[in-house]
Amino acid sequence: MNLSPQNWLRMQHYPHFLRKVLRQLGNKSQSRSSSTHKDGNPHICIVGSGPAGFYTAQQLLKGHPSLRVDIFERLPVPFGLVRYGVAPDHPEVKNVINTFTQTANNDRCSFLGNVQVGKDITVTELLKIYSAVVLAYGAAADKLLGIPGENLPNILPARTFVGWYNGLPEDKDLKVNLDTETAVIVGHGNVALDVARILLTPVDILAKTDISDYALEALRKSSLKRVVLVGRRGPLQVAFTIKELREMIKLPECRPVFHKEDFKDLEKIFPDLPRPRKRLTELMHKTCFGPTADDVKLWNEAKKEWELKFRLTPMEVLSSAGQLTGLRCAVNKLEGSNFENQKAVSTDEHIDLPCGLIFRSIGYRSLQIDPAIPFDKKQGVIPNEKGRVTGVPGLYCSGWVGRGPVGVILSTMTDGFDVGKVILKDLAEDHIPNLGRPGFQGAMKILEERGVKMVSFSDWKKIDEHEVQMGEKFGKPREKIADVQNMIKILTHEK
Amino acid sequence: MAAPIVTVVGKIVPMICSHCRRRFWQQAIDFSRRSTQLTYGHISTRYFHRKNSQLRHGEYEWKDPKSEDEVVSIVYIDKNGKRYPVKGKIGDNAMYLAHRHGIEIEGACEASLACCTCHVYVQQKYHSQIPEPVEEEEDMLDMAPFLKDNSRLSCQIILTKELDGMELTLPPATRNFYVDGHVPQAH
Repeated sequence: MNLSPQNWLRMQHYPHFLRKVLRQLGNKSQSRSSSTHKDGNPHICIVGSGPAGFYTAQQLLKGHPSLRVDIFERLPVPFGLVRYGVAPDHPEVKNVINTFTQTANNDRCSFLGNVQVGKDITVTELLKIYSAVVLAYGAAADKLLGIPGENLPNILPARTFVGWYNGLPEDKDLKVNLDTETAVIVGHGNVALDVARILLTPVDILAKTDISDYALEALRKSSLKRVVLVGRRGPLQVAFTIKELREMIKLPECRPVFHKEDFKDLEKIFPDLPRPRKRLTELMHKTCFGPTADDVKLWNEAKKEWELKFRLTPMEVLSSAGQLTGLRCAVNKLEGSNFENQKAVSTDEHIDLPCGLIFRSIGYRSLQIDPAIPFDKKQGVIPNEKGRVTGVPGLYCSGWVGRGPVGVILSTMTDGFDVGKVILKDLAEDHIPNLGRPGFQGAMKILEERGVKMVSFSDWKKIDEHEVQMGEKFGKPREKIADVQNMIKILTHEK
Repeated sequence: MAAPIVTVVGKIVPMICSHCRRRFWQQAIDFSRRSTQLTYGHISTRYFHRKNSQLRHGEYEWKDPKSEDEVVSIVYIDKNGKRYPVKGKIGDNAMYLAHRHGIEIEGACEASLACCTCHVYVQQKYHSQIPEPVEEEEDMLDMAPFLKDNSRLSCQIILTKELDGMELTLPPATRNFYVDGHVPQAH
């Protein structure tokens, strides 16, 4: 028993535990090393503290009475894309943090933040220390367009822009020039709509969210009037979902620009579409052909607009004197009868879209963070079977890293639960060792030797508290600290 | 013991506000310095007050019905067909009621219509007794796998006397995440 950060939290909530600690402090007879965890309980390590990591942990803790889970995180703060991916104007989606906090508060769960697996500690080491290692580190890279001129300034990955406005440490210094009238977003997914919405939402609305202060400042000075969303295929193949589309259509002081030729005759196939696709297409069709008088009035007064453009494949970035001036796109035709499998085929025609800012939002991919992890470079995922990583006993993967970066939070939850159950099954059937692994203590020993400054869950609560206090001053739910050093500084300051 | 410090109410562990936590901790350190045994009695309840006195989401469902008139009995059926008869009461939210009784329904967004993790099927004859879903619920149901005509989000079902005897069935789990059954292909 000791005054380690892991025990802090327990002490705050469980007075009997506090008494135990105080008694033992008085005795001073027990040192850290004697309280070994070599107790015959399975020790599971999870790499990544986003939804995939926490949902897997939740299932594991629920399904086994004495198993212990340690969640490793590269950043000092937990929750991954819930904190750094979910748009600041979607606070309700972040409610899931409450469930994750409950999991982290479990006596048998520890959070080890600020530990970079693959660098501070390797997967091979973790496999020796733990009964099983679950890779749940998501998809931290994005796909490229692969066209000439893509490296010019102001052509940005949407992922980085999302990280920027959400205060992700590695993206906080992104150079984005909003002093231009038109931005083009390549992609018709929810990330593309998120980016468009943040660019076009009146700044006073954003000022009440937990958007990072520098992003708010930059958006205040923005001269953007128009955002064009470009997709390779047609309205029946868009990947965004109806909630996000509806928000865009209802966006204050902003008008949607849909082209009638894209949507004409679509109503004929409505009855054949599956429900989600049908409702989504109906909404676009209605916005195009039958908006209400109120909508029309509002849209006519709007100073900003967003436009949906279909059947275009980016060919080349246009520039003059190193400055971005536009995007040249090939005009596509769709081949195939079934709308689900229709393919875009470029014709000889092309059009130029003048713009001063381009975002690519055509999907994420995962990274191989450690050479010991088998990796499918083409698909950008870890090859696995039901979450069991191919060829490495004891190694599992959960969420986007194994499945590809698609789906809503429910998909990651189901995946996390499924992988959790697979591990519990493998434990029960003795496929993975559950005895004699040092677990937490073993990892701590290595990390302390290497001088890694670990951040515990109670440390996170201090950062959390600090952020909320900072936010109160500005009428925001929180002001995120975007600098890792500053996060650590708060902790050393408190101690 | 003056007050239960860890009161599990609707799966929510009350958090101690920072002010109280500091005082609590300071007191604990003082006690240890004086090498006095710290007992529960020294921890006054006021250190564990809540920021507001309103019921938080899911707390109402933890109150037992005051009388038989209030009782609404419903049955949850999990994906394996196991039945869980539950005695709820008028005004209970079907998702939080399930939480109270340990039935495996998640509720990631906490009834704020931002996810579909509490998707259930409502027994046909009771389906029409529940008020029509709002647009936001329909939008979220679009994302739910294995959507049926009688699909609803359980967080939007508030028990009434008319729903007495209703069965709510949990959808099967799945690893097929595309909402329209689409199989992703490289293009």
